Amino acid sequence: MSLAPLPHAPAARAGFVRGFLSVPSAAIALAVFVAMSAAAFLAPWIAPQDPYDLMQVDIMDNLLRPGERAWSGMTHWLGTDGQGRDMLSAMLYGLRISLIVGILSGLIALAIGTLVGLVAAFRGGWVDAVLMRIVDLQLSFPTILVALILLVILGRGVDKIIIALVVVQWAYFARTVRGVALVESARDYVEAARGLRLGSLRILFLHVLPNCLPTMLVVATIQMAQAISLEATLSFLGVGLPPTRPSLGLLIANGFNYLQSGRWWISVLPGVVLLVLIVSVNVLGDRMRDVLNPHLGR
Amino acid sequence: MLEFILRRVAQAVLVLFVMTLLVFFGVHVIGNPVYIFASSECTRECLNDIIANLGLDRPIWEQYWLFLGNLLQGDLGRSFTHGVPAMSLIWQRFPATLELATAALVLALAAGLPLGLYAGLRPDSPVSKAIMGFSMLGFSVPIFWIGLILILTFSVRLGWLPAIGRGQLVEVLGVRVSFLTLDGLRHLAMPSFTLSLIMMSMVIRLTRAGMREVLHTDYIRFARANGIRESRVIGVHAMKNILIPVVTVLGMEFASVIAFAVVTESIFSWPGVGKMLIDAIAVLDRPLIVAYLIFVVVMFVTLNLLVDILYSVLDPRVRVGGRTR
Amino acid sequence: MAPVLDIRGLRTAFATAAGDLHALDGIDLVVNRGEIVALVGESGSGKSVTGFSITGLLPAAARVTAGEVRLNGIDLRALSPAAMRSLRGRKVAMIFQDPMMTLNPVLRIDTQMTDALRAHLPLGRAEARARCAAALAEVGIDEPEARLKMYPHQLSGGMRQRVAIAIALLHSPDLVIADEPTTALDVTIQGQILAVVQRLCREKGTALVWITHDLAVVAGIADRIAVMYAGRIVEQGPVDAVLDAPRHPYTRGLIDSVPASHPKGQRLPQIPGRMPTLTELPEGCAFAPRCTRRSAACAARPDPAEAAPGRWVRCFHPLPGAGG
Repeated sequence: MSLAPLPHAPAARAGFVRGFLSVPSAAIALAVFVAMSAAAFLAPWIAPQDPYDLMQVDIMDNLLRPGERAWSGMTHWLGTDGQGRDMLSAMLYGLRISLIVGILSGLIALAIGTLVGLVAAFRGGWVDAVLMRIVDLQLSFPTILVALILLVILGRGVDKIIIALVVVQWAYFARTVRGVALVESARDYVEAARGLRLGSLRILFLHVLPNCLPTMLVVATIQMAQAISLEATLSFLGVGLPPTRPSLGLLIANGFNYLQSGRWWISVLPGVVLLVLIVSVNVLGDRMRDVLNPHLGR
Repeated sequence: MLEFILRRVAQAVLVLFVMTLLVFFGVHVIGNPVYIFASSECTRECLNDIIANLGLDRPIWEQYWLFLGNLLQGDLGRSFTHGVPAMSLIWQRFPATLELATAALVLALAAGLPLGLYAGLRPDSPVSKAIMGFSMLGFSVPIFWIGLILILTFSVRLGWLPAIGRGQLVEVLGVRVSFLTLDGLRHLAMPSFTLSLIMMSMVIRLTRAGMREVLHTDYIRFARANGIRESRVIGVHAMKNILIPVVTVLGMEFASVIAFAVVTESIFSWPGVGKMLIDAIAVLDRPLIVAYLIFVVVMFVTLNLLVDILYSVLDPRVRVGGRTR
Repeated sequence: MAPVLDIRGLRTAFATAAGDLHALDGIDLVVNRGEIVALVGESGSGKSVTGFSITGLLPAAARVTAGEVRLNGIDLRALSPAAMRSLRGRKVAMIFQDPMMTLNPVLRIDTQMTDALRAHLPLGRAEARARCAAALAEVGIDEPEARLKMYPHQLSGGMRQRVAIAIALLHSPDLVIADEPTTALDVTIQGQILAVVQRLCREKGTALVWITHDLAVVAGIADRIAVMYAGRIVEQGPVDAVLDAPRHPYTRGLIDSVPASHPKGQRLPQIPGRMPTLTELPEGCAFAPRCTRRSAACAARPDPAEAAPGRWVRCFHPLPGAGG
């Protein structure tokens, strides 16, 4: 059927950033994310107390409601937890760990996945077949299960949860990068580069990889939200981070026991921070997908 | 068709074999369970007794072959802590998990299809945007956090629903279920809703995307041009095309819902296999952990097979394959 | 008696970010009972939009902004959606271009046919089936009972188009709008389909609007022809008269660029340039930028003028008629 084609509105190519921020939700999400990251990394300097310095924490101050004053005269604006730690400080430190784990695992998985994806796309043949079978197998299992198994085997620890998160994430990157790389390799400019007898590594890194970047950026952002969420879940289940390095998930788990007695703030407040963090990263990812690559569907 | 099925089964068996290897040796590396059983006064001898009892003194390969042989007979060893066969524990706990997951599936479809349909038919309305926002939340917010808020709201604040456990059971066809009693439903409400959120979001997205795509097809235009009622055009002609991807994805997701039940069950203390796994992990009950993992893997592979068959039933183009063209 | 279809001053617009763009800009077209009218033009000229404007099946972004569409004297624009639905399939039916896409891939032929039948007739299952089988037989499908149980993908393209035709003609409508129904088919099948549609329309007294870009098809099937360019009908009249002696320069160009109409071995004449898109329509005559006869006058909008009885031309400088 030949309905008159809709004329395209003049494409707004006024730069990536302006295009990105033209949607208010994306601008807000970016602002929130930047603010949270800054707060997290500055935690040791801006937090009212170091919640893990026993000298600063008094058990007598435990379970204070938000806004109550401690013996020392300090006001705990967001209350204290069961050990008398200042919630605001604990949350800042927790956010820091959640972000570090999320970003670090995402970056490592991105590196491994990109390497595997590029190798699969460029070597083709049995290498590609074997690698993609592994990816398929891995992706056919739910992430939570794989991570759970790994953490049962590895035990608790920041390094261990990062390993587990890398293992559950790399396959997504590998598959995406392979897909994009295959498309890019078929493009004229790569053919032209081959015609010029440029080495394959050179073609790979100078031509194919840069064109995979937008897609990878989108996948990485969405994966980061997933990783943060998964880490929180695992820590909540008690298999993720050790109690000495509480992330947001562990803070929520600690507060869970007090929930029944109506002391909501210990669980709910870190939960809100987690929620805002994950949602803002997701909004950023969605927006990035719309701006960079409208065809990359979910 | 037969060749297709045979090949799929062979693949499945290979996957299972690899998984038993991974799971068994993986779990074997975890800390030594002997120390959990040994009291502080335990002497060397006492320790050796425990080791012999648990079969931990034999070489690891032997342990694996023993495990594999027993596995083929449906025997996955005895739980360290419960002292009963691990498999029987799983069968005992599984109906609760299955009930929870099924309730979540039903909820996801019952709410997700109409919501996705609406969002697909009126993509620009504010209600549709709210629906899509909700589905994004469902995807991204960790489900333990949702469970927590539900408990806080409906149990602690309002006192309407019980926060933990499974309600009163009735026996139907030899299976004890809780969804047929009011008490059971009250217990089931929050866990099943929590568990259904991810699936519901997925159903909403798939239905909406499918609807938007299908509405632009010639065959829907043609159906309309023939004067067929809009309700039938949407409800039958469009819906049947949309259901194919929805059912496929849900079928594959169902296994992952059972995996996610681990989280839901530990929040709501639902006595299913997920809660059992977390408890087993806490005390390093190795046979129970291995049994659970093998059980889930088998279920996965079987479900994927079933989904393929169901898919071919729904989509006639797949069923007849290359026969016509 | 009122003509089957009477369109006057029809304008249809697509809503875009840049505002309303008119894909149809003042269409006048009359189709009499049992008449076959060919609507000819390049893709993007608004042929299909005309069809969908009549049946009220425009895409969400498009809407009719002005003019009248009367079917048997009834003003279709004034009808409620429910009333419009009850006309579709019963009084006016459509056949689409690509038979691979027209039938629902996951519903059996019988479901699709009986649905269309029972949309307007309260029939029992058995009777509906019998009627569907008869309708299939009518369009030249053998073993209709067996075909009814099949899915579309089990049928060939030509067979599917026959099924679509059978569905469109189930209720013996007064008007069928066929949107390039042979374009997607093999040449040999094209002829068969053409013959089937022509025969059935003549038998049932159904008027036919045949949308096409293929002038060869037009000569074989139509009584009258209407040539569209950029959302307007630039020339219409009896098919032989128009093809033998086109009055509009665009029609002339169209006819000359058909290979068969041209002596062998010579370069095929072409119309220079291309049809403007909706965003770049000129103020006056849309064809002027490509026209060899254009003058300053063409900056204004030409209105249709009756050049001879039944011949309308929308041009300031029409070609001389035959013998004049």
